[in-house]
Amino acid sequence: MTASTIELSVTETDRRIARYAAAAIALTVAEAALPSPLPGVKPGLANIVVLIVLWRHGWREAAWVSLLRVVAGSLLVGQFLAPGFFLGLVGALTSLAALALAAQLPRRWFGPVTASVLAAFAHIGGQLLLARLWLVPHDGVFYLVPIFGLSALVFGIVNGLVAARLLKETP
Amino acid sequence: MKDWLALVRAGDWAILSLGAAAVALAFPLLWTGGKAERAVIRLAGRVVAEYPLTAPLRYTVKGPIGETVIEIAPGRARVLSDPGPRQYCVQQGWLTRPNAIAICAPNHVSLSLSGREPSHDSLNY
Repeated sequence: MTASTIELSVTETDRRIARYAAAAIALTVAEAALPSPLPGVKPGLANIVVLIVLWRHGWREAAWVSLLRVVAGSLLVGQFLAPGFFLGLVGALTSLAALALAAQLPRRWFGPVTASVLAAFAHIGGQLLLARLWLVPHDGVFYLVPIFGLSALVFGIVNGLVAARLLKETP
Repeated sequence: MKDWLALVRAGDWAILSLGAAAVALAFPLLWTGGKAERAVIRLAGRVVAEYPLTAPLRYTVKGPIGETVIEIAPGRARVLSDPGPRQYCVQQGWLTRPNAIAICAPNHVSLSLSGREPSHDSLNY
């Protein structure tokens, strides 16, 4: 056996991102087993991990974890490059944009709940926009806005509370 | 419950109320499908009368088997009486949504409501 000539240097940050991404991917796979009343209405538990990373290590690392989760998670559930993958990717990108804004808010008044709710609305907004432009080119998709909005609100609050609690209880 | 509430900061409450208000507004805005504005009465497929749903009014149509009475009220309309044997169009009660229709087939009379925009081109029966 020849010794490898390529040495990849792995930093502490890389390891941390990998650990968090693994946790997020596990939540994505577990969630894929849950029945959903409507495609798109999902708790989005992996976002708890993204929120924790955003709070502790900043937006750059949160973006890494989020995008790794989308790609690796879709590979594991067999959705890579399927329409659901692109919807998830656009949702992740728009919610990362919302998180970039939320991270600028003063933490004294705005906690993880705000970040979570804003990200959830951005997620659903991005997905609906892509669905309207590409998958269902008809204004009929907007009939679903109230349902998606309600689920984004509820799951955004729940995920934000869980993230806030985990941040408080695990130093 | 109390330690969960402690995790919600002042600004979070503001964002939550804004989000809840937006969602609550989305339901009536996107789900009502417009308002019914006019009642259209047809006999054998031809429009015989058209009234705005503003003032109360009764209109009688003479069809092949008798008289059908249409009642119009602000925002709604119904078939008050019809000589048909099964009374389906009478039992439908008040029509309130745009594009709703009550058909009294035996007497060849139909009552339909129209909104600002028609949702279909035509109905055949």
